[in-house]
Amino acid sequence: MNKLIWSLPFLLIVALILLLGRGLELDPREVDSPLINKPAPRFESTTLQTGEPTSLDDILGEVTLLNVWASWCVACRQEHPLINQLARSGVVRIVGLNYKDERVNGLRWLEQHGDPYAWSVVDGDGRIGIDYGVYGVPETFVIDAKGQIRAKRIGPVTPDYISGELIPLIQQLKQENTPSS
Amino acid sequence: MLTPGMGATGHLALAFALILTATQTLSAGVGLWRKNAALVNLASQTAVALFIVIACAFAVLVAAFVQSDFSILYVANNSNTQLPLAYRVAATWGGHEGSLLLWALMLAGWNGAVALTLRSRALDVSAGVLATLGAIGFGFLLFMLGTSNPFERHFPAQMEGRDLNPLLQDPGLIFHPPMLYMGYVGFSVAFAFAVTALLQGRMDAAWIRWVRPWTNAAWVFLTFGIALGSWWAYNELGWGGWWFWDPVENASFMPWLIGTALIHSLAVTEKRGHLASWTILLAIAAFSLSLLGTFLVRSGVLVSVHAFASDPSRGVFILAFLAATVGISLLLFALRGHKVQMATGPLNFLSKEGFLLVNNLLLTVAAASVLLGTLYPLIVDAMGLAKPSVGPPWFNASFVPVMLPAVVLCAAGFSANWRHASLRDIGKDLLRLLPAALAAGGGVILLSRGTFTVPWLLGLSCGALLILATFWSLFSHWRKGLSMQRGWLGMHLAHLGLGIFTIGVGAVSIADTERDIPLGPGETATLAGHEWTLVRLGHLEGPNYVADQATLEVRREGRLIATLKPEKRLYHSQPNNPMAESAVDVGLVRDLYVSLGEPLGAGRWSLRVYYKPFIRWIWAGAVLMGLGGLLALSDKRYYRRPRPVPAANTESVTA
Amino acid sequence: MTNRLIAPMLLILAALLTAVPAMSAEVDPERMRNLEKELRCLVCQNQSIADSHADLAADLRKELERLMREGKTDDEIRAWMVERYGDFVLYRPPFKPMTWALWLGPFVLLGLGAIIIYRVTTTSRKSDSEAAAVDPEKLKAALGRGKDA
Repeated sequence: MNKLIWSLPFLLIVALILLLGRGLELDPREVDSPLINKPAPRFESTTLQTGEPTSLDDILGEVTLLNVWASWCVACRQEHPLINQLARSGVVRIVGLNYKDERVNGLRWLEQHGDPYAWSVVDGDGRIGIDYGVYGVPETFVIDAKGQIRAKRIGPVTPDYISGELIPLIQQLKQENTPSS
Repeated sequence: MLTPGMGATGHLALAFALILTATQTLSAGVGLWRKNAALVNLASQTAVALFIVIACAFAVLVAAFVQSDFSILYVANNSNTQLPLAYRVAATWGGHEGSLLLWALMLAGWNGAVALTLRSRALDVSAGVLATLGAIGFGFLLFMLGTSNPFERHFPAQMEGRDLNPLLQDPGLIFHPPMLYMGYVGFSVAFAFAVTALLQGRMDAAWIRWVRPWTNAAWVFLTFGIALGSWWAYNELGWGGWWFWDPVENASFMPWLIGTALIHSLAVTEKRGHLASWTILLAIAAFSLSLLGTFLVRSGVLVSVHAFASDPSRGVFILAFLAATVGISLLLFALRGHKVQMATGPLNFLSKEGFLLVNNLLLTVAAASVLLGTLYPLIVDAMGLAKPSVGPPWFNASFVPVMLPAVVLCAAGFSANWRHASLRDIGKDLLRLLPAALAAGGGVILLSRGTFTVPWLLGLSCGALLILATFWSLFSHWRKGLSMQRGWLGMHLAHLGLGIFTIGVGAVSIADTERDIPLGPGETATLAGHEWTLVRLGHLEGPNYVADQATLEVRREGRLIATLKPEKRLYHSQPNNPMAESAVDVGLVRDLYVSLGEPLGAGRWSLRVYYKPFIRWIWAGAVLMGLGGLLALSDKRYYRRPRPVPAANTESVTA
Repeated sequence: MTNRLIAPMLLILAALLTAVPAMSAEVDPERMRNLEKELRCLVCQNQSIADSHADLAADLRKELERLMREGKTDDEIRAWMVERYGDFVLYRPPFKPMTWALWLGPFVLLGLGAIIIYRVTTTSRKSDSEAAAVDPEKLKAALGRGKDA
């Protein structure tokens, strides 16, 4: 018992070192979303391209990727080729959320860098973004056919993330949709 | 005149320093093992040489900054030809690599000083301390040369540097880091002493007496360093805060709390021999927390406004260094801590030493709480759960209930005797002062223009009680005609500072008021019984920035009290990032503080205006604490030549 | 005739004055500032939305004002933020199983420390005479040291 008390500081420091070592692998700024496995927040707005009214209802019914982007966002430019590629592969429908942007700038940006989106939702004042807990651009949400958020990616997507996590998840969700006969 | 070889010279000096630390460690270590006085002497001389070499390396880096030698990457990243000279010099420690060199310089400084004073002491103490300090220096220099070399060069040299971060272009940068590092690094001396005691398996009063002034000195520097940091944040950051419980601030506060506990524990061990192994543990903990702080600031593990470098790869090295240093010392403690006992009799709870033990408990729990709060998000995250965020509300709720009783305990402690304290005497002394303390607390509330509440009165009265108890102790001592030694006087000054600090914190935390006011030229707003009028807006150009400047006049009952000129600066090096320079009118019982917010168009601006009661008492109290520590360590009894101890008691040979 | 009009006019005025607060709550700047200080700016490195200059902070301050005008209580506003951003947005961690160790930790440590002190110290006076029965060698050495102090 006595031996244990004298060893206590040593044991504590070992635990601390292990904790800090693990901490080096984590990103302290990454925040888990509370919206995972909850229904996607409702919204009403217009589309970027045509100005037609659009809402969350348009997204329901099919597994969808909601990609938050803006023309002033440098990291979005970095991930955009991958989003384009993903759209071309036809694996999943991608809808854009044009966050805190001017219509003109948004359209021009899509013209310059490619438009992988089935449509983009206008979010000029960022209110929709706040409802979705957006705090940095780009962010990507995986929404299933029933309208539940199943995953959230903070920051640009990477090839590893797409092949390792995103596509398997999308495939799994699509299988949920079609009940096995 | 630029010497192309400057960077290479500095680099070479560091490499040579690395060899010197290895030499010091080996000769001291072998000298201790073989009881060879000549080797220990060599270690001593190596320590002095080490300081000279590192000082040269440091001088080279400073010269590189002054002459704007951009062939050195670190200079290019942190300076600019338009930067004023004072900041060019201070920029030496404005970034990661340079601040490490400052650390190394301090380490070498303490190391050299210890080597010079230990010459006349017992061989085993000198050898053990020098070996430990040498090993620490070796690890540190290895880390620096391996991952963070300030003399990394790039040819061809850039034409212009990136400039020092504008937030750092403030007098605070000149003094805050050096003070802070002197404190952090200073605890390495007590650490080395503790390791030596564990290696020897014993401790005696002469050793304790030797280590006390060193510990006090480190504590004094750390106190001044933290106070400077707080004062700097208040003046520079523009939103009137003086403490944010930010991880980096906590990283400096934890060693301070443990250092304070260590000072008190040393007093008990010297006087009565109790708590010897606890003192050893505290000495190890204080320096360990300094190293932990270094890790937290530079590894990117925590989110902070201060973070130097968020570099996990460097973090691995520091973590390894931390693991080795602290791990080995605590392993030694586990194996040999029980051997280091000096007690002669049981410890009576109702006595001065009992009170100091409780003081230690409170300070240790406070430090542990700060550590818990700082690391908690990381702990939860590491477990794979959604992490909570721990901010000032939690820290204040946990820290204040633990430390406020400590303040009262200080007041009671003056009347407590060693061995046996009379509860009746203590009670009498406190009750005598209580009405005056409550009245003083009420006075502070009145002067702060705040709303009276009972908890607030009680909190302020704790501080007032401590101040009164200090004066009473001085007065009754003088009345009895007793001699007042510097150590005793210093202790009183430090506790007086603590009382003043408590009042400052109590007043400003509860009663400070602020308002966001949109104003145009000629308009007036009211806050805390003062009228604030925006007189005019102007534009000015500084050495490396342009600024919008507002002129405000503050009046009370029609009389002009102050003219304030806050600015919004745009530094040339950061054209997209405007910085607010706030304007402050300093007063004995209040500060008037204003900073420019956003332009509202048509010549109107949103201003943030603050009324901060008693805020100067916070830093005044801290400075008094530091001065008290300085006075205490100048006490002659630490510097008397030690009587030769009878041979039967020691197996050492004096060098 | 004007006398008869005054009373009903005053009544209508009074009704309007009491109805206005019910229609839109006044925004108390002090309450708003206190709430702003408790919410973290997620884009920044450890700043509250009160102190931060970031766009997101400005947006959230606007939302805060809107919610206050709608008459929401402090708890409802905090819940609104947590619904979107999780517990991390609160500077004051909520008291739930995951944070029990955090909130109770300091007091548990205090309790443990108190127990240790109780075990390590004594309160009896007669302990002094026990201590007097000391090894004479140690006593001489202690006296020798005492002269140095």
